[in-house]
Amino acid sequence: MIAIIDYGVGNLFSLKCSIQAVGQEAVVSSDRHVIEQADKILLPGVGAFEDAAAKLRGSGLADVVKEQAGQGKPLLGICLGMQLLLEKSYEYGEHEGLGLIRGAVRPIKDVIPDGFKIPHIGWNALLFRKPSKLYRYVREGEHVYFVHSYYAADCDSAVTAVSEYGADLTASIEEDNVFGCQFHPEKSGDVGLKILKAFCEL
Amino acid sequence: MITKRIIPCLDVRDGRVVKGKNFLGLQDVDSPVELARFYSKAGADELVFYDITASAEGRAIFTDILCEAASQVFIPLTVGGGINTAADFERVLNCGADKVSVNSGAIRNPSLVKEAARLYGDQCVVLSVDIKRVDGVLRVFAKGGRENTGMEAIEWIRRCVGEGAGEVVVNSIDTDGVKKGFDLEMLEAVCNAVRVPVIASGGAGCIQDFITLFKTLPKVDAGLAASIFHFGEVKIEDLKKEMAANQIPTRI
Repeated sequence: MIAIIDYGVGNLFSLKCSIQAVGQEAVVSSDRHVIEQADKILLPGVGAFEDAAAKLRGSGLADVVKEQAGQGKPLLGICLGMQLLLEKSYEYGEHEGLGLIRGAVRPIKDVIPDGFKIPHIGWNALLFRKPSKLYRYVREGEHVYFVHSYYAADCDSAVTAVSEYGADLTASIEEDNVFGCQFHPEKSGDVGLKILKAFCEL
Repeated sequence: MITKRIIPCLDVRDGRVVKGKNFLGLQDVDSPVELARFYSKAGADELVFYDITASAEGRAIFTDILCEAASQVFIPLTVGGGINTAADFERVLNCGADKVSVNSGAIRNPSLVKEAARLYGDQCVVLSVDIKRVDGVLRVFAKGGRENTGMEAIEWIRRCVGEGAGEVVVNSIDTDGVKKGFDLEMLEAVCNAVRVPVIASGGAGCIQDFITLFKTLPKVDAGLAASIFHFGEVKIEDLKKEMAANQIPTRI
C-alpha cells in the first residue's frame, strides 16, 4: 500500500487515481499509523514553500516522514513535495526544509534569460544525468508536465534528470531511498504512469 | 525544450459535449469521458472542460463527469464555465481539475482573480477572454460573447495578470467558428502585453492554421480548438507530426 501524505496542501484526487491506475492500493492519510504501515510514501505539494513546510511540521508529519525515510522506506516527493526534501528554500525569504537531500530551492528567474516565461509551465523533455530506477520504463527525451517558478539548486550528484528551459533545471533527484520529481507524474500521461509504476515496484 | 501545447476544448451541457458555431446552434458530439480518453491517447497535451449548463442539476452532473474523467485521464485538466466564486474553484479542484478558467465571473466579481490566486496559486488561475473588434477597438465580451462590456481587452488582460492570472486564453469572437485561421493580430497584441503563457482560441480550421500560428507568433504557447477535433477534421496525431516536421517543439 502506498500512503499519500495529506497535510492540507493541494488536491490529492488525481494522484490517488494515478496510483490506482498502475494497479496499486493508495491511501490518502495524515495518520501516523497508516503511514508507518505503508510500503512506500508519496509526499505531494502545491503552493508556497513556507506555508507547506509550516503545515507539514505543525501536523507532526514532518517527523513521521523523516523517521520513515530514515528507516529506508521509499519516499517520493512530487513538485513542491520534492522541494521540501531539500535543506532550504529561498522562496520569499529563507525557510528550512526536511534536509533529506542536500540542496536549496531558488527562483528560476535568476538562472534563465529574459524572454522565458515564468512559471515554467508545460511539457518538457527529460534529459538524464545518471541512471535511476524511476526511469526504468522511460526513454531519455520523453516529455513530462511541469508547473513551477522555483527549482532545486545545488543538489550536485543527487540530480538524476534535468529539463532545458534557458538553463538546465533539475527535473528529478534521488539519494538512496529518497526520490523527488519536480514534474507531475500524475499529469504526465503514460510516461508519468510508467514512472509511478517504477516507484511502486522499488 | 518546452513544447507547444495542443488543447481540445469540450463544451459540456447536461453531461454531453457540444460545440456551437459563433457560440450558437449547438450540436451533440459525444460523451465527455470517452472523448477525454480518446484525446489523451491521441496526444492532446491538456484538456479543457467547459461547463455551459445553467441549472443546478446540470452542474452536479458536470462535477460527476469531471471526477470520472480525472480518474481515467492523466493529463492536465482545466475547467471553466460558471466559475464566479472561490467556492466554485474549490468545487472543481476537488474533482481533479488542475486549473480553473474564469471569464464572466471575473468581470462580475473584480476581486475573484486576486482571491483565487492567493488561495490556489497563480498557476491555477486561467483568464479566458472573449474579444471582438468594435469600431477597430478590441473589446471584452461577456456572457458567452453576447454582451459588450465596453472594456478594452489589452487593459483588462494586463490588470488580471497583474492580480495573479497565470495564463490567458484569447478567444477571438471575430474568427471563432469561421475556420479561416487564428486571429494573429489580436494574439500578437496580447503576447506583447503580458509575460504569462498565452493560449490561442477561435478560428482553427485545418492543420496549417496551427503551423502558421506557432511559426508567425513563437510567443504563443498553445492552440485550443473544439469542433475540428470532435468531428475529426483535424486529427491530433497528424497535427503533431506536421508541427514536428516544421521544427515546432512538439510532444509526440
